[in-house]
Order: sequence, then C-alpha cells, then structure tokens
Amino acid sequence: MRQVRTVRGKAIPLDRANVDTDQIIPARYLKRIERTGYGPFAFEAWRADPEFVLNNRAYDGATIMLTRQNFGSGSSREHAVWALEGLGVLALVGSSFADIFKNNCFQGGLLTVELPEQDIDYLMARAEELPNSEIVIDLPSQTVSVADGSWQRHFDIDPFKKYRLLRGLDDIAMTLEYEPDIAVYEAKRSERLPVTA
Amino acid sequence: MPKTLSEKVWDAHAVDSPLQEQARRAALAEGGEAAGEELLSERTDLLYIDLHLVHEVTSPQAFEGLRLAGRKVRRPDLTLATVDHNVPTQDRDKPWLDPLSTQQVQTLRTNCEECGVPLFDVRDGRQGIVHIIGPEQGLTQPGMTIVCGDSHTSTHGAFGALAFGIGTSEVEHVLATQTLRQARPKTMSVDVTGRLGPGVTAKDVILGIINRIGVNGGIGHVIEYRGEVIRNLTMEGRMTICNMSIEAGARAGLVAPDETTFTYMRGRPHAPKGEQWERAVESWAELPSDGDATFGSEVVLDGAQLVPYVTWGTNPAQSVTVNERVPDPETLPPPLRESARRALAYQDLKPGIPIRQIAIDKVFLGSCTNGRIEDLRAAAKIVAGKQLAAGVKAIVVPGSGLVKQQAEREGLDAVFTAAGFEWRDAGCSMCLGMNPDILLPGERCASTSNRNFEGRQGPGGRTHLVSPEMAAAAAIAGHFVDVREVL
Repeated sequence: MRQVRTVRGKAIPLDRANVDTDQIIPARYLKRIERTGYGPFAFEAWRADPEFVLNNRAYDGATIMLTRQNFGSGSSREHAVWALEGLGVLALVGSSFADIFKNNCFQGGLLTVELPEQDIDYLMARAEELPNSEIVIDLPSQTVSVADGSWQRHFDIDPFKKYRLLRGLDDIAMTLEYEPDIAVYEAKRSERLPVTA
Repeated sequence: MPKTLSEKVWDAHAVDSPLQEQARRAALAEGGEAAGEELLSERTDLLYIDLHLVHEVTSPQAFEGLRLAGRKVRRPDLTLATVDHNVPTQDRDKPWLDPLSTQQVQTLRTNCEECGVPLFDVRDGRQGIVHIIGPEQGLTQPGMTIVCGDSHTSTHGAFGALAFGIGTSEVEHVLATQTLRQARPKTMSVDVTGRLGPGVTAKDVILGIINRIGVNGGIGHVIEYRGEVIRNLTMEGRMTICNMSIEAGARAGLVAPDETTFTYMRGRPHAPKGEQWERAVESWAELPSDGDATFGSEVVLDGAQLVPYVTWGTNPAQSVTVNERVPDPETLPPPLRESARRALAYQDLKPGIPIRQIAIDKVFLGSCTNGRIEDLRAAAKIVAGKQLAAGVKAIVVPGSGLVKQQAEREGLDAVFTAAGFEWRDAGCSMCLGMNPDILLPGERCASTSNRNFEGRQGPGGRTHLVSPEMAAAAAIAGHFVDVREVL
C-alpha cells in the first residue's frame, strides 16, 4: 500500500451524484490483466463532451477530485481506482462513497474524505471559480483546508485505516502475522461445511 | 444479547486474534498514545471466509500479486472459479473474436492450474454465472460467509449466508489468508407485507424497494428481507431480490433460511448428506434473527400495492410502474432533478410519455438477477405461440449450463426459438457487454438484468430494467405493456 500523509493540489469539480464505476471505467476495458494503463479510458463516454470538466485544461495536473453522494456505486471493479490513479488523482473529497469502492480506494492508498454536502457545495463552487486554488488534505490532523488557510474542516476516518495509511502497511503481510490465530479458527470449523475440490 | 441473522453469521466468523491484540499493545507502547488510540479503537474484524468464488475479470491481478510476493492460495478447496463475464454465448468452439477476452480466460486457466483451484471451464456443463452456480451446486449454504470479486455476490444472501462483493486487492487477501478485514455493517430490515398480485414478481419487489430507499439508501448496511411476501417467494425469487441489494447501495442482503431453503438445497452435489443433513438443518434453524433483535433502521412495504416496474432513467431507482408516465424532472424533489434531466437526455425520453408507448429494439433475458430456470419458464409462458414484434431482436441467455440443459429438457428453447428469440450459451452476456452481445448506440433494450447505467449494455445503449415476464411481453408487443393484461 502507498503511504499517505498529506495530499496537496488543484481540485477537479465532478459535480454529479451517483457516479457509477461503469462511468469511471467501462467494462470493455476490464480485459487487461495488469493494474496499470486504465487512465486513458477513464470517464470515456463523458469525455466525448468537450464541456466535460476533465476536458478543461485549467484542471490539468489536479491531484484531488471533488465528488457528490454515492460516488463509485455499482460494480466492484478495482479498475475504477486504478483508472483514477491513472488520471493522477490521489484523493477524493465527496459527500459519500459506495462501500466496495471505498474499500478498494483504501487498498490502493487513494484517500477518500467524506464531508457534509454543504462543505462540498463550497469546495465545488470554489474550484469552479478558481481552478488554480489548491486544497490540502492532512491525514495526521484529519483536516481539509483551502491552501490560503481561509477555510478548514475536520473529517472522520476509521482509526485503524488511518494507522495503516500513514505507515503504508501491506494488508496481507499484516494479516499473515496473525496466521496462527487463523489456523486455530480453521481447526474448529464444522466438518459439515462444503469444500469445492 | 439478541442478534439479527447477519450479526449471528458475522460473530461466528470473526477470528479471535490474541496475536493481533499483542501487536496492538506493542504498538501502543512503542508508538505512543496516538498510535495506540488508533489501534485500540479499531472497528474492523478479521472475518473467516467459507467460500471464495472467482472469475476471469477481477482475479488476474490478484494471482499476479500472490506470485510476486511468493505467496500461496491458502485454501484452494474453499475456492471455486468459473468463466462468465467475457465468454461468447455462441460459436464458443470457434476461435473467439476478441484476443483480450481469450487471454483473460487463458490466464484464469493457468492460475487455477498453478494454484490447484477447481475451475468450471467453458466446456464444463456446469459453467455459468458465478452467482448461479454456487447455489446450484449446493455450495451456497445458510450461515456461511461468501465473497467474490463481483458486486452481485449479495445473491447468495437468499440462503441466509453473509455474501458480499470485494475488489481485486481483497480477492488477493482472501486467496492468501482465507480472511478479510471488514468494518462491522449496520443492519436494516425491509419488511414486505401482504401478498403479491398476479404478474407481480420478485424483480418488481426489489425495484420497488430501491425506488423507495434510493440507490444510496443502503450504504454501510446489510439488509434483511422479511415479511409474508419474502416467505412466500421461491429461492429463485429470493435470489433476485438479494442480488440487487447492491443497487440500493447495501453491502449485502439476506433472507432467513426456512423449509423453502432446505427443500431447494436437499440433494444438491455439495449439500450435506444423510445424518449430516439432519444436523445441518438443525443448526441452520437457529440462524433467523431473534424475535427481540433490533435493526439499525426498518422499512415496511405493502406487497399488495406493488405492480410491475419499468426503469426510465440511468440508475435503478429511476423507475415508475408500468401504467405511469415518464416523470417531469421539474416535479421531482430538488436533489433528484439534475440527474433526472441528464438521464432523460441520455435515454432520449420526453417527460410525460406513457411508459407503455416506449418502443424497444432489443430484449435481453438472462443475468445473475433473472437467468434461472424459473425466470425462463415464466418468460416462456408469455411467449408461447406468439411471435417477436417486427424489428425486435431478442436473446435468451441461461444463467448456467445446467439451467440451459434443464430448460431444453422442458422444451423452453423450442418455445423461444419458435417465437424468434435466439437461444444462447450461459454467461453474463448483455448485462455488461464484455462479450460480443451489446447494444448499438441509440438502441433501446428491455432487460432483465440489474443495471441501467449509461453505456452499461454497450456505448450509447439505453436500458430499461424489468421482470422476465415484462421483458417477454415487451418483446411480443414491441413496446412495454402491462403483463397483467396478457397473462
């Protein structure tokens, strides 16, 4: 997992609710067997519209995406996270995220920050008005601020997720340290439970 | 303390880990108070996974990750793979048109072989959509934890299993450890009371529920479906409902196991046998939520009021009943207006048009939502002796090879082909358009699948979600009709 402390950068305002993972990366691009190379196909259908925010050069180089409620709904494809990373996005700030998508973001070290809708309204309006203004997300202090310090909000994050993000811990390696405990559980499982082989 | 069904399954699978506790205390001593606080207030559990289903699309990077780290699949005997998302539904024995699909399927074969994971391959008669084959084989059982790199894993909840979709990194975690670290979900009960009228199906129940609670109403929750309507449903119907829990944003959906569940399971290849069966049924009977258990939230729907639904928009909550009209976005509550305007533009629909006047180009009968034998029987009943409307193309894609065989034994294939439908091989097919079965830009489809997202069935394609009966009736009429009038 990528280590995460602070993300600072321009923010792309993607002002749509219920953005599903089929929009983030359409199914026909899920045939590759690698984790990289999805960026060029991210939001492909919406990018066909010249007015779409990702086509606005003013946001080139942005590392933060502002989103609305239920972002990442639908399919469990982690390719959606890989596609966003391919666009250079390191953090998402929105009013809510779909459960599986949020887990997938965490696995890749893509930070998801949830704020009340009115705070998202403020950040969206600001990013639209001042595309070059930067936002700073600081994980240790759990704050989102505009770079000039004029506005700041606190955000919640699962403490254990925070612990792992700050240290960039490998999830699997960590669980394998508790392998003897898994073995104890396993030995007590009912013999009636089915096996596939 | 009284517990709900999902809490019982969760607690029975949370691995008690003294080593983790030790590690936390060590970190507390070393990292100071802040780190300790973060660790000690942890709200996640390490859940043991009883069954891990794998398919070709979300697994290659997970197997690759294992290889790079020099790790093994811990329990290949609790893992089952099949090919479903990419596979063509016709001319399978000829070389496939898409080299990338071929490569992805070949990669799964190699991975399964290397790791000893059983695979229902293309030519295996048991191949099919991953959520159809688990129940069919009797591998899906009450009280189990089941995961798969696919959001519709919630389907298996129909048996009282806790089943949910995961991403590829989590697939790798389960392959390596047979566990998953998860935050404890909130609970919600959805109680569907009364009785359904004729022509009203499980699909209409779940579309009605999603219409009521919204596409994000279930975020962070496991839903338990209860009530007379649910109790009277077959296992196929319960699977349709649990399948679309994710469409309401829920982590999972479950139904308490009962006689209907046991009758469905008895005699299936992996179901317990003989005395083991008796003991299994006794333990499953203890799973239903305790009478005094409480849910985080509760929703009640009157089943008698439900009628066939048709989606008009680009998310599964954007639906109306068949005799209504396409809504005017300006009359909707303000937070729903903008997405309704966008949806109508994408769908090329004008506010106020009666749903029954919407003409269709294609019909898709299939998917993990409605690709089971009962769905095909219900659709065949509507189609029998009739002909597809002029200009309409329709395909029937059974959910598995075994569903296909059963349907053919019953002569359903002949009913469909006589009416002009194409009869295909099993797979996900036009539900998500990863294989050649797609909508062309601008085409409009009556679909029994689960998602009407923009471009889901092919770029520029327009999807309307309906029950198998409604899809069949639309195929014959060439536009939506109230199936209750043609029963």
